[in-house]
Order: sequence, then structure tokens, then C-alpha cells
Amino acid sequence: MNDFAALLDALLFTPARLGKLRLMSEYFAATPDPERGWALAALTGELAFAEVKPMQIRELVLGRVDAELFGWSYDFVGDLAETASLIWPARPGANRAPGLSEIVAELAAATRASAGARLERWLDALDATGRWALLKLITGGLRVGVSARLAKTALAERAQIPLDEIEAVWHGLAPPYVELFAWLEGRGPRPETAGKPTFHPLMLAQALAEDDLDRLDPGSYRAEWKWDGIRVQLVARGGEKRLYSRSGDDIGAAFPDILAAMPADIVLDGELLVLRDGEVMPFNELQQRLNRKTASARMLQDYPAWVRLYDMLDEAGADLRPLPFDERRSRLESWYGAGPRERLDLSPLIPFASWDELRRLREGARARGIEGLMLKRRDAPYLSGRPKGPWFKWKRGALTVDAVLMYAQRGHGKRSSFYSDYTFGAWRDGALVPVGKAYSGFTDEELKRLDRWVRDNTVERYGPVREVAQQLVLEIAFDSVHRSTRHKSGLALRFPRVHRIRWDKPASEADTVAALERLLT
Amino acid sequence: MPNPATWLKPTGKGLYCEPGDFYIDPARPAPRAVITHGHGDHARANNRQVLATAETIAIMRSRFGDEAGGSLQPLAYGEWVALGDVRVKLVPAGHVLGSAQVVLEHQGTRVVISGDYKRRPDPTCPPFEPQSCDVFVTEATFGLPVFRHPPDAQEIGRLLHSMRLFPERCHVVGVYALGKCQRVLALLRRYGYAEPVFLHGALQAMCEVYERLGVDLGPLLPATGARRADLAGRLILAPPSAISDLWSRRLPDPVIAMASGWMRIRQRARQRGVELPLVISDHADWDELTATLSEVGAGEIWVTHGAEEALIRQASLQGLKARALSIAGFEDEAE
Repeated sequence: MNDFAALLDALLFTPARLGKLRLMSEYFAATPDPERGWALAALTGELAFAEVKPMQIRELVLGRVDAELFGWSYDFVGDLAETASLIWPARPGANRAPGLSEIVAELAAATRASAGARLERWLDALDATGRWALLKLITGGLRVGVSARLAKTALAERAQIPLDEIEAVWHGLAPPYVELFAWLEGRGPRPETAGKPTFHPLMLAQALAEDDLDRLDPGSYRAEWKWDGIRVQLVARGGEKRLYSRSGDDIGAAFPDILAAMPADIVLDGELLVLRDGEVMPFNELQQRLNRKTASARMLQDYPAWVRLYDMLDEAGADLRPLPFDERRSRLESWYGAGPRERLDLSPLIPFASWDELRRLREGARARGIEGLMLKRRDAPYLSGRPKGPWFKWKRGALTVDAVLMYAQRGHGKRSSFYSDYTFGAWRDGALVPVGKAYSGFTDEELKRLDRWVRDNTVERYGPVREVAQQLVLEIAFDSVHRSTRHKSGLALRFPRVHRIRWDKPASEADTVAALERLLT
Repeated sequence: MPNPATWLKPTGKGLYCEPGDFYIDPARPAPRAVITHGHGDHARANNRQVLATAETIAIMRSRFGDEAGGSLQPLAYGEWVALGDVRVKLVPAGHVLGSAQVVLEHQGTRVVISGDYKRRPDPTCPPFEPQSCDVFVTEATFGLPVFRHPPDAQEIGRLLHSMRLFPERCHVVGVYALGKCQRVLALLRRYGYAEPVFLHGALQAMCEVYERLGVDLGPLLPATGARRADLAGRLILAPPSAISDLWSRRLPDPVIAMASGWMRIRQRARQRGVELPLVISDHADWDELTATLSEVGAGEIWVTHGAEEALIRQASLQGLKARALSIAGFEDEAE
């Protein structure tokens, strides 16, 4: 456990993706089975046991440490698990440090109450970093900036195979993944996936550049709306049902309404949306249901989820992916027409005769829930990854607003010496109100100049944040604007980024909050 | 036997010893000063008469030049000298090169002012020598039980490991110019790192002082002027203020490290953009502080700069009498 804790600690502090991958790779190479498999499960969020409550931890600590000293320490550190891990007094002659495997095995059998007693024994045996990692793990608060996908990427890079191959077998496996490691290291066969509801690597679209159209024949393509939800894959096989996000995470537990509506033995590709009376609701309504472990009855009623289908990858065990798009589409339509389909509908094909006609449709597409258009080649098979040519996304033009830079914060990693995170505001009643934050959209040269400007125009410092003179106008591009109770302005922008730096424009001529409100969807 | 509180007093200028007519680490220029060690919040320029170890005097000369003080009197560890009605002795504090505890004897009472100190071995200076006394004046920089510094070998090992894992990047470690810089260098040498280490310009003068005083730091090169490509895979030491600012931009994809006791707290390290926090401190950690309080056997403990309240609480749990002593001019170990 101490080694795994050291990995988690290093991951927490390492901002760059490359650095994280290398740390994980090294750990998986140096650590034996089954320890590394349990570590992989922890990193991919596949560990489940009765969580220990913060109150239990506090009580354990107060059994060992003076309450006043603990109080001052907690005030200083500000995090319970970290305070407890640092303040825990060493007990001479403690047992050897437990492995993660042992901890997982014992916790699986423990109740919340009996977990407390085991915890005390482990805290005595681990070092400070080990205690911190254990306490974070056991309270469900482990966050080190590693997604399940990144952990799998580390495995794929180490084995020099495409990530898709791991995704394809992943959901047929369970911790501690001994057969997976054996396969990746060439010591065993590819894990069997037949009959298991595994994730099918997605086919992704290239962004369409304006001059691409000149070279494309409109007669070879189909068009669909690009929906503003999240891409999902519905897999039903061998009596099991899964709802996967685009990264291959199983998000089914939060969407029992969709799972209940899924038919047997099928793999479908579509967009998860909140629909009311057939109308797509703004993305932030869907967001209420994302990143949750479950959904309450209230949630299910207030934010009804639907999947708008656009492809079928498998029907009754027949892999349709090698078929051309048109054929898959007609299989999808005839399957859909064969029965009432609760919570599922079809993404319609948009008839068009020329690119110009389609361009006009796209420009008119300000309707709620539409982000633009998708173009799909009629004869293209379903290929994993992002092949160039068969699928394009053609997003509608972004909205823009002229906002005033208010605060700048240092970035992370390579940008840690630059003020690269910008909070900008719009005018309301003669004062600026923050309306969003942007971290991208500028070139390295522009970043240098912005950084210089921030340093030269600082009026106040708050730790890593600088407040600047209200003078610089940033033209911010964004996809849409929504109501939000979390922000003082009452608004939240979707995908804001710096479009242009308006060195020339006086701040007094920047936009107002009212102007943004007129763009609400 | 009068209580030392009647003759040793905190004033706006610093801690004043009345029967000897001198200040200890005065915050503003004083006629007579006894200096515990060379850090800026303890040794200041332009005192008229200075008493300190020869090493501390050398450090002050390097820092302040002609303004180091009117007369500079070196005193070897362990030798007594009389100042007015007080006998004074300097004893190693183990903090940085030249650092001393000040032992005062007056009318049969002995007071020890620890200055800043640590208890673990440091290859660049002699170890702390506990002195039994009636009053022990202790620092409390890390006076909270969350501060337990791990072994140096472990922290240097993490640095060397990171250098092996990222051989194409350079590693830049934030260190104080006096003490931490030379200790990190000496530890690196002890644990087998023999390559040249590149130094930020602000660190060079103090390294030269240490070498003149006989502390071997191994091969050192200036970072300024070094070609970017030549710094890949290298180790660079720089003052904390430079590690994540304009200066570090010239470096090839640096791993930002920082050697400080404060690195124990993750949020502190993250706020500073530190990628590799190294918990290496020249101050006593909680266990060293509490062990020292018992060891010196003082009837009374005065606690200065740092987390006084927690250490006073701990002293009372250990059955010791302790109180806070507010002295002007001392800072927390700045980062």
C-alpha cells in the first residue's frame, strides 16, 4: 500500500498527462499481481466497499491525540484525511504495512463499523503518505487527476497496443485483472469477450474545414443534426445491460430510466438528452443527471433522459460494423419501427441537394439542443477511432461577447509561470460582474503578451490570483449561455475561450450582462 | 535567585539582556548584539558590536559587506565570555553553518536561547547539543503535530528517482540561499549524485562561503548562461522566488521541486505550483521540539515564533511550564 500511496501522491502533484502516464507505467511494471490489479481498479473507480464516515476517522484520531492539538492542526491543514494521516502518532513495533490487496479483501467483508477497527491497525502500520491514500480511498475521496481512460492508456502504451483494444475487453473483466496483465505482457491469451456486454470503441468525426466541402460530393453523404447532449453507447448482451459514456465509463447506475427501456441483444450508438414533450432541453438540465452514482425518483421525474439513436453496431449477435452506413441505418430504422420504443427515438436524416442548401440549414440552426451538423459517408463502415473522411462534424458558428479581463490566475505544469487562466466580466449597473473563465484560444505568443500585461497591470494579489486593472477587452467565443444560480451574474457560458484580444477596444465599450441574457437558450 | 524574566526581556527592538546590556538577534541596529545565525530575520546589518561564531560572522560579511557591523567578535563553540554581569557561551544549534544556541548565566540561573534549531544530522554543520538549563527559549516554526519530517534519505531518494523517470527534463529545486542550498547539495553527494549541479546566481556567493569554511559541495556550475539544451537531465538549484516565475522559463521543461518543511502540507505545495515537494527542513519538527523540551529539563519554557499555542499546550501535557514570548522581527520560515 505504501508504494501505491507514493504513486497516488506523485500523480496528484504531476500536472502533465505524459508525466502521469510514465508514473503509472513504471508502477504497473514494478508491482506484482494482484496488487497492481487492485491499484488499477482504484484508479479506474471500480473498487466498491462500505465507505467509512469522516466522523469515524475523527474519533479514531481523538483516541490517540489531544483534541486541542488536533483542532489547531485541522484548522491549519484544512483536510481531514490529510490532517489525520500526518498527526497519527507512530506506534513502535507496529505490524508490517498491509498490501492494497489485503485491505480490499478485508474491507469487502467488513461492515462500516468493523471497518473502523481494521482501519486503526492499518494506520499504525503505514507511513504518512500510505495513511493519506488509505483514508482518501476509504472515504471515497480519492481524486488525483487520473481518469479511467488515462489509466488504461498507460497500460496500452506499455503494451504498445491501441487503447481501443483494452476498451474492447475491459468491461468483460473484473479486478484484479490478472488475465488482462497476462495478455498485455504476452503471457496469456486475449481475454474472452463473447457474450459479455463490452464497450465497442467509438467512431468519431473530424471537424469540417470550410474548404473540405469543395472536395466532397454531396451525393455521397448523409446529414444529421449534431445534438447537444453526450454521446453514449447502449449495450445489451447475455442478459446484461450497460450504458457507456464516450470514454467507455459505465454510467448506467445514474440512468435506470434508460436501462429499463433497453431491449435485449443489441448495441446502439446515440446521444443522451433530456427531453420534454419531444423537445430537447438545454445541456445544463442533462448535467443535473451526470456524474452521479444514482438518480433519485425526483431526478428521474424532473429530468427525463432519452437517447436519440443514430447508429446500430450489433443486432442479435450479428456485428453490423463492417456494413455501409446506409445499410446500418436501414437496419436501425426497421428495428426501431418494429416496436414501441420507450425513451429512445431516432435522429432524423436531413434531406439536402447541395452543400449550399446545407449551409443555409446550419446557419438557421439556432434551435435548442442543436450544435450543428454531422456528415456521414453513405458507404462507410463503422470504424473505431477518428478516421479522416467518412464522418465530419460541422459545428454552427460560435457566439461571441466582448468582455473585460478582471482576474488572472497562474496555470499548471508548463504554464505554471504564466498567468494563463482568465476571469472576465460584463457590465451591469456601471460595474463589472464576472461571467466566466477562459484558459485557451490564444497562441503562445499571445499568452506571453497577456502574461506581461497582467504583471504590469496588477492592482491586487490573492495568492496565485491577480486582480488586474479593468482595461483589457477579450472577445470571448462560446457555444451557448445558460441560467446558473452558481454565478453572481446568474449566467454560465458553455465552452468559453479567448477568440481575440482586443488591445484596441476601450473597456467601457465591452458588452453588458443584459446583452448576454438575450442570447440565453 | 531572580526569575530570568526580570533581566531578559522582549522589547520592540528584540530580546534584551539587561545585566549584559546586549540584544540577541535584534530587529533593528543595536549597540551590542549576540547573533545566533546568519538568516536575514536573525542577523541584520549595522549593529555596532557583534558577537557570533566565526562562521556566522563570515556569512554576515558576505551578505552585508561593510555594513556587517562595527566590530565583529568571533566566539568559538563552548567558550565562555563575560558581557557585563552575564556569562555567555555559544553552543551548536544544528540549524545552518555557524548557528548557535546562546547560553546565558546570571546570578546562578541559566537561560538557553535556541535560536532556530533542528535535531537530525546535517552534513554541513555540527549537531545540536542539548544544554540543561532553568529557562529554555525555543522556536516553534513547526509547532503543530502534523509536522513530522520524513528522513532526508527518503526525500533525496524521491528527487533522484524523479530524475531517472524524467531524464529528458531538468529538475529545479527551490532552496534558501543559506543553509538549505548547501545541505541539499551535501545530501545529494552523500547519496551518490556526483554530477555538476547548476546554481542560480543568487546562490553562488553563499556556496563559496561554505566551501571556504571547509564544507565540500562537489562540482557546481552557474545556471545563468548555460545553454538550454545542456540543462536537460540536469539538476538546478534556485531561490524559492525563482522556481516558478520568469526565470524558470528558460529551462527545458522543468520539474518544479521545493525543499521545505512546509511541503508536508499538500495544499501549500500545490498552491505554489510545485510538482515535486521535498520535505527537507532546517527546523525541528514536532517530535524533535517535544523531545528537546523534555531533554533540557528546564523549569520554564518560553516559546517564540511559530505555532506557540500548540507547543505550549503540548508542554503542559508533558508536565512542563511554558508560555509564549513575543519577540519583534522574527518571521515564519518564508517560502
